[in-house]
Amino acid sequence: MASRIPCPHCGLRPKEEFTVKGAALQRPEAEAGAQAWHDYVYLRDNPRGAYEEYWHHTSGCRRWLVVARNTVTHEVASCRDAAEVKAVTA
Amino acid sequence: MSSYRLEKGGQIDRTVPLNFTFDGRAMRGFRGDTLASALLANGRQLVGRSFKYHRPRGVLTAGAAEPNALMTIGSGGRTEPNSRAPMQELYDGLEARSQNRWPSLDHDIGAINGLLSPFLSAGFYYKTFMWPAKFWEKLYEPVIRKAAGLGRATHEADPDAYEKCWAHCDLLVVGGGAAGLAAALTAGRTGTRVILADENATPGGFLLSETATLGGQTAAAYVANILAELGSLDNVTLMPRTTVFGWYDGQVFGAVERVQKHVASPDANQPIERLWRIAARKAVLATGSEERPLVFGGNDVPGVMMAGAMRTYLNRHAVAPGRKTAIFTTNDSGYALASDLEKAGIEVAAIIDSRRDAGFDFAGNAHVIRGGFVSNVLGRSKVEGIEIWREGQSERIAVDNLAMSGGFSPVIHLACHRGGKPRWSNEHAAFLVPDGLKDLHVAGAAAGVWGINPAMRSGCEVSVAALAELGISASPCNIPEIEGAVASLSAQPLWCIPGIRAKAFVDFQNDVHLKDLGLAVQEGYGHVELAKRYTTNGMATDQGKLSNVNAIGLLAEARRISPADVGTTTFRPFYTPVSFGALAGAAVGKHFQPVRKSPLHDWAARRGATFVEAGLWYRSSWFPLPGETHWRQSVDREVRTVRQNVGLCDVSTLGKIEICGADAAEFLNRVYCNGFLKLPVGKARYGLMLREDGFIYDDGTTSRIDENRYVMTTTTAYAAGVMNHLEFCAQAVWPELDVRLASVTDQWAQMAIAGPKARTVLQQLVDEDISNEAFPYLAAREVSLLGGRLRGRLFRISFSGELAYELAVPADCGESVADAIMLAGKVHGICAYGVEALSVLRIEKGHVTHNEINGTVVPADLGMEKMVSPTKPDFIGKHMVHREGLVDPDRLQLVGVVPIDPAHSFRTGAHILQKDAAATLENDEGYVSSSCFSPHVGSTIGLALVKRGASRHGEEVQIWNGLRNEFAMGRLVSPVFVDPRSEKLHV
Ligand SMILES: [Zn+2]
Repeated sequence: MASRIPCPHCGLRPKEEFTVKGAALQRPEAEAGAQAWHDYVYLRDNPRGAYEEYWHHTSGCRRWLVVARNTVTHEVASCRDAAEVKAVTA
Repeated sequence: MSSYRLEKGGQIDRTVPLNFTFDGRAMRGFRGDTLASALLANGRQLVGRSFKYHRPRGVLTAGAAEPNALMTIGSGGRTEPNSRAPMQELYDGLEARSQNRWPSLDHDIGAINGLLSPFLSAGFYYKTFMWPAKFWEKLYEPVIRKAAGLGRATHEADPDAYEKCWAHCDLLVVGGGAAGLAAALTAGRTGTRVILADENATPGGFLLSETATLGGQTAAAYVANILAELGSLDNVTLMPRTTVFGWYDGQVFGAVERVQKHVASPDANQPIERLWRIAARKAVLATGSEERPLVFGGNDVPGVMMAGAMRTYLNRHAVAPGRKTAIFTTNDSGYALASDLEKAGIEVAAIIDSRRDAGFDFAGNAHVIRGGFVSNVLGRSKVEGIEIWREGQSERIAVDNLAMSGGFSPVIHLACHRGGKPRWSNEHAAFLVPDGLKDLHVAGAAAGVWGINPAMRSGCEVSVAALAELGISASPCNIPEIEGAVASLSAQPLWCIPGIRAKAFVDFQNDVHLKDLGLAVQEGYGHVELAKRYTTNGMATDQGKLSNVNAIGLLAEARRISPADVGTTTFRPFYTPVSFGALAGAAVGKHFQPVRKSPLHDWAARRGATFVEAGLWYRSSWFPLPGETHWRQSVDREVRTVRQNVGLCDVSTLGKIEICGADAAEFLNRVYCNGFLKLPVGKARYGLMLREDGFIYDDGTTSRIDENRYVMTTTTAYAAGVMNHLEFCAQAVWPELDVRLASVTDQWAQMAIAGPKARTVLQQLVDEDISNEAFPYLAAREVSLLGGRLRGRLFRISFSGELAYELAVPADCGESVADAIMLAGKVHGICAYGVEALSVLRIEKGHVTHNEINGTVVPADLGMEKMVSPTKPDFIGKHMVHREGLVDPDRLQLVGVVPIDPAHSFRTGAHILQKDAAATLENDEGYVSSSCFSPHVGSTIGLALVKRGASRHGEEVQIWNGLRNEFAMGRLVSPVFVDPRSEKLHV
């Protein structure tokens, strides 16, 4: 009912303020090829345990975040701004 | 005995009598009574009928686990069924009614349903599902529904208010008994933020039922002192009447506070219940233990009660259980009850202790039978005696009530709510909390620590440990000298009892008895999860608080394994039932969801508009004139007026997003499938936005207001979704682009002015020249209005296919500008038109909306394949839109459809079949996505998505609506019914 998400901009906030998009996959390069695009658009892991997802702080700072949480315990390991995650991985 | 109330003692206030009714009969109790104690004091032992067999039932417990004394309380909109009588504080004027009986509680015809019991045994539902369905509908279902049931909810609206709140603390203490009070005091004295929540009106737990003294004071006085100290501390919040019902991730606890369930006339300015979410850094679980019933024949006859409950009613409420009591126990607690009963002058005929070697040295008068069992209760609707089994011998004694204690189960529900499994302890003969709990510390009886002194010590220690994790050092509060308490509550488990003849109940609320469990094992459903569902044991609203452990013990014995190997079923929130009112909070009636009103809402209302809900918005749908009695009259007139003269439509609800920054053009180029890099300043362009999988997401126009400033419009329905999507693209996908987004939907009042006379009317307000040369089709510029008094944004775009403009002005100027336009247009025959006419106009022009862009459509399906840029290196949807399945020539394509006979009609949703095909779904070739009556064409027209539709113009088809059994012959035509060469747009 009531997990809380540690938004890096707003602090610990109730999850009702957020919208979940799903797996935090990096969008492939334009030339990545059909297989890479098919994987990105359609294939998802469904892990029991650690998972990274995009969450949008819709009713807060309106930033997109990458939330690393455990799908069993719902524990949040980290919560980073998606732009920073992209900057690090790019 | 007419009254069971003792002449003295208890914590009731005899100076405040309270009148109440039970099944219409006037009764009297005192302040400090619960409904259960007051009923017992009035000699009312039979208080309800059981679920399946309609057996007479009495009060069994003095707490939240009560399975029998469920009543309907209150009247009118305040009627609340299934209220647990021991949890209901008595108030003056309380109305209580028994449930599940007819015609009356004392003479219940349903009891003959006991004769149906072979049909109602374990696995009944599963077995009858195998029987013919017609018997189910006509016979079994109605019979079962009538025979089995709880109270009925009222259909009247609840007059009371509810609210939801958050609370935050360092330490939450759940339960205010001996352990909880010690934990709260220890923490409270450090100055840290503490919340103590207790489900009863007065915290204190079983201390309030004790005759032991603490530091020379009565237990009740001791509790009052501690509560006074806690109450004096600013950092401590006491929350009585508050049930913590769930432990959730993020260390959040759900709780419900019954703010005014105990008062005769609720204060209208206060909620009746409050739903709390308590974010606690650490928590102490001090929820005590639940006494277990014993499973013997007739253990449900009114007059059989849990020993601890009997002690509560005796010591706290000064209510005698009867004249002559027997006590059946597996542990020492039965002796404390015996001693208290004898002190109150009530005869204890016998203490039947299942332990052969019980060491307790009882000093009272009662006869102690060691190694004995109560096998059966004599009597049907009240206890007349008991049958005692000892060493193969059976003996009967006459008593009018019986107390039972089968040991104690720690109340560990909350500790298991986050997936941990309880573990069986042979030492405690009970399930204890899961291993590895984080941030939740367990104290007192909930941890299997029995006795007042050990529980208080445990509360202190656990509190100190929890605070230490927060870096706070605390010293344990002092524990007083305790006298007169029973030292040990340890029990030998007792599951199977010899000599049973009558029905022996395991789950009182669901009427599951011993033989049901036996049958489950015999028929192969001995696994705990299977047995639960096969017998429904533990599935009532009490969730098996009294029955689960006994069921597990009985299953274990039947299967000759340990309870540890049987395991338990899953504990889930809520600990006790929570009202829908509390969960809904303030979100009821007009507050159920927000209402969005356009800046022109009141303007439209003044002009008599009829409104339609569109998501949260209320949009004006048509503007009836005097004499118009049917909506079609108004809509047809509005459409004709726009085509012939000019009309004004409120389009403020369209989403409006400002996009700024040095890379704004590049950004737009990547989120639309068509090109945006070359859009000049002062121009608008239609854009098609795809999803990454290639399907169309939304459409709209985007205008370049300035070099690095654009304003995008979205459809009304997708405004929020598009904003979220753009933010995702800007932040997560291409954060390197310099782009800023702002939703400005609510900042602008926007009007469409459409029709051949639109320019003539609008030029009267706009200061700049808006001739076709100066302001051509797709021009989009800031303009000066009304002689420089106002600035707005003017767009030459058209949804209707007519010469048209959209004018946006600051929201608060919307009404005056709309009035000014209507005034200027009066001599030109202007009218206001609503979304119905807007829809007709756009269908006539073949423009799509989300009726067509329904998530299954790609640009080519709409004939817009040329809008998909072949040259852009990347945009959302580029990599999927040309997949094999999305370029299949057999795909459904946009096409117009008209009836062959203009007098015929069809509806949206109707299917398209080939001319001679049989009306079956196999022959389905597509469907009508939009339809309306077209004044321009003079018949119903439609847009449809049909297989290869674009190449089938002119073909005759059938239009079939199988749901409504409607049928019309039609013809596929171009989807553009009006001005196919779009000449009107350029005049
Ligand atoms: Zn935030």
